[in-house]
Amino acid sequence: MDFLRPASWEEALAAKAEHPTAVPIAGGTDVMVEINFDHRRPEYLLDLNRIGELGEWEVGQDTVRLGASVPYTKIMENLRTELPGLALASHTVASPQIRNRGGVGGNLGTASPAGDAHPALLAADCEVEVESVRGSRRIPIDDFYTGVKRNALAPDELIRAVHIKKADGPQQYSKVGTRNAMVIAVCAFGLALHPETRTVRTGIGSAAPTPVRATAAEEFLNAALEEGGFWDNGKIITPSVAKQFADLCSAACNPIDDVRGTASYRRHAVGIMARRTLTWTWESYRGGAASTKGSVA
Amino acid sequence: MRVNFTVNGRKQEADDVWEGESLLYVLRERMGLPGSKNACEQGECGSCTVRLDGVPVCSCLVAAGQAEGRAVVTVEGLAEFAKQRAEHGGCASGACGDTKGTSLQDAQQWQSKPTDSQTGEGVELSPIQQAFIDAGAVQCGFCTPGLLVAADEMLEHNPSPTDADIREALSGNLCRCTGYEKILDAVRLAAARQERQGEAV
Repeated sequence: MDFLRPASWEEALAAKAEHPTAVPIAGGTDVMVEINFDHRRPEYLLDLNRIGELGEWEVGQDTVRLGASVPYTKIMENLRTELPGLALASHTVASPQIRNRGGVGGNLGTASPAGDAHPALLAADCEVEVESVRGSRRIPIDDFYTGVKRNALAPDELIRAVHIKKADGPQQYSKVGTRNAMVIAVCAFGLALHPETRTVRTGIGSAAPTPVRATAAEEFLNAALEEGGFWDNGKIITPSVAKQFADLCSAACNPIDDVRGTASYRRHAVGIMARRTLTWTWESYRGGAASTKGSVA
Repeated sequence: MRVNFTVNGRKQEADDVWEGESLLYVLRERMGLPGSKNACEQGECGSCTVRLDGVPVCSCLVAAGQAEGRAVVTVEGLAEFAKQRAEHGGCASGACGDTKGTSLQDAQQWQSKPTDSQTGEGVELSPIQQAFIDAGAVQCGFCTPGLLVAADEMLEHNPSPTDADIREALSGNLCRCTGYEKILDAVRLAAARQERQGEAV
């Protein structure tokens, strides 16, 4: 095994081009487990810790450019306003020690359906900035996950940053596990209201071969909210609408039975989380809308 | 490969390090510092917790090469680390300038000498270590080093933690003996003593 220590992003790209089998290591919270347990013996480890810019973020007009290695702790501490869904998801990642090391780039690189960040990224909407010596490109999150632990990266590409839409409305995140800390999700659900476009986006984790959106559920809810004038009148969402939304979210799952839970449990739990997160975000939207109205009046 | 890094405030080098080796292995097997415990090797138990440039991490999940040029504090250096912090404030890891630190030999031979009410001897414990003893928070002791490092770090930036803060800060450290109640007592005790000391100054 060789340990490659690029001092800059350009050096890292050159190293990855020369050794496409090199395994990038940043927080190490996935890679080192595989090495410790002898599940993996990569020919090259490509250490990204020396590249400072990967640990930085910029808050822009409409998006946050989040460096691939920004630790979850920093997201929780600094980006709760801009990225509320991802901040909530970050808080459910393992333990403080792991959150101090791990970042979104690792979740995306591993592309496990159980990665905690995925539902929040899908719900918020984002693009993954990847680069190789051949050039840079941005992959929409909807096209990023291609299979179980597979993503759209070419062998010579590295993840540099994620461009996440800043929240324009309430976002929520929910995760099922046996305890609060140190839990791999049995299943997880992210939901974001986008009042500016009058749309709702979702993300489901650990209930299909890849993280997925419940697009049929989103379309149904978008139409129902529009039809009932809910965005304007701020009324409570009709229980039948919430139930239909939850059922469609359950239907978007394609889960398996495993040690953490059965497929039918996952489908059921995703429906429950969908209804709850919809209620939470909608209550918060109504509260926000009401207070805005109040201040105008 | 060779790894140059700072351990408990002193510059060290480790030779013949295998590229896939963890920082934990280097500390235990090459530096002779077995205080950081090796249990799950997957970041679940927190018994290998050390400070890496001041940040608590599971040393089993840090590749040795990633520690190059960085500063590590282990439980063996915790007493000196806490002392330096109390005297000079802020950084005591050796990451920001010269501190006295703990020599490798001293760290290897480190033994707890609690200011026990029965013996009243020794002064070489950090406040959190003393609090663990006084509160009876140690049974088999395997999880203790990781808990000490994690709890010490929390008290550094959160001197008056709520019970929820303590539970959150220690949620990555497993203990199979105590049921955690005594550990919570110990952290509350250390916080209270720290507060009282702050008032005295």
